[in-house]
Amino acid sequence: MTRWLGVVAMLGVLAGLVMAFLVAPREMTQGNVQRIMYVHVPAVWVAYLAFLVVLLGSVAYLWSRAPAADRTAHAAAEVGVVFLGVNIATGAIWGKPTWGTWWTWDARLTSVAVVFVIFIGYLLVRQMTDDPERGARFAAVVGIVGALNIPLVHFSVYWWRTLHQPPTFAKPGPAAASSAIGAALLVNFVGLLLLCAYFIAKRYDLLRAQQEATA
Amino acid sequence: MKGLPLKPKFVAGIAVLALALAYMIYAGVTQSAVYFVTPSELHTAAKTGKAYRLGGMVEKGSVNWKPATLDLRFTLSDGQAKVPVRHHGTAPDLFGEGRGAVVEGTWMSEGYFQATLIMAKHSEEYKAPHDAASPGYQELMKSLRSDQK
Repeated sequence: MTRWLGVVAMLGVLAGLVMAFLVAPREMTQGNVQRIMYVHVPAVWVAYLAFLVVLLGSVAYLWSRAPAADRTAHAAAEVGVVFLGVNIATGAIWGKPTWGTWWTWDARLTSVAVVFVIFIGYLLVRQMTDDPERGARFAAVVGIVGALNIPLVHFSVYWWRTLHQPPTFAKPGPAAASSAIGAALLVNFVGLLLLCAYFIAKRYDLLRAQQEATA
Repeated sequence: MKGLPLKPKFVAGIAVLALALAYMIYAGVTQSAVYFVTPSELHTAAKTGKAYRLGGMVEKGSVNWKPATLDLRFTLSDGQAKVPVRHHGTAPDLFGEGRGAVVEGTWMSEGYFQATLIMAKHSEEYKAPHDAASPGYQELMKSLRSDQK
């Protein structure tokens, strides 16, 4: 089952590459460097969804103390950190030629950095106590706090003056991009979403096997 | 422990974080903590030698670029006030007249802004050339061979 998800995810990512490099046009103002968007933007959307899974899993765990809920949250947090790391790295690579800087402390970049650090903290705090059940409980609280910051990241470009531009797609009204650019972004989003689901499923299985082996 | 409510220290921790978030939003909405100041704001309270981040539109026809000496001069405007900016070095790809820019530097007593870093602010719009949804492959290959323009 998980293996088939992996195969479908691979096909999705390949389709995304075809869309990004062969179908999408060279953007008018920025040129080819704009193609970084096809990884940068889906990576952060997928990370948001992974952290939503952490939120739901953490609430469920604090409520029921079911190990499966904690495993789900743990796996989703690890994968979310990877995708958010990809988002931040591609953002820096995109920022240097276009903005003229790898990094700046505007509200969007700062709030993303805060979420990134909180979820690294989520992974660290699990190991801080010898009692895994206690570690899972601490982590669940950190996970909930981290996920609640995501609306702050999204609205940061409206609430503060920032260098980062406001959303092109994730806003009310029509998208501020050509249809081919939107289509390429959508395919890449689906590809990375499948990849994220595959990673989470794989990590979940490993965590369960680990817990069964040590129990 | 099953089903017990959260411990008081957790509640206290969450309260502190919630207050910090509320303050950040309040400071942002009231503009008491800003990423950059506008030309109007700089004019009302410019301190010589103080570091600022200044944001505005690059005035049309104001860019004066000398490639031989890497001297760049332009005017930033917010529609009401204008600030002359000087910089030594190259500007990013998206810097240009009629576009947004954010510069870091200091206000000089001689009446200009000496920039140490120029950042281009771009819009959220992404357009195909002439907005045709044509395949971009040929264009990509052409640009990789760098024989355009």
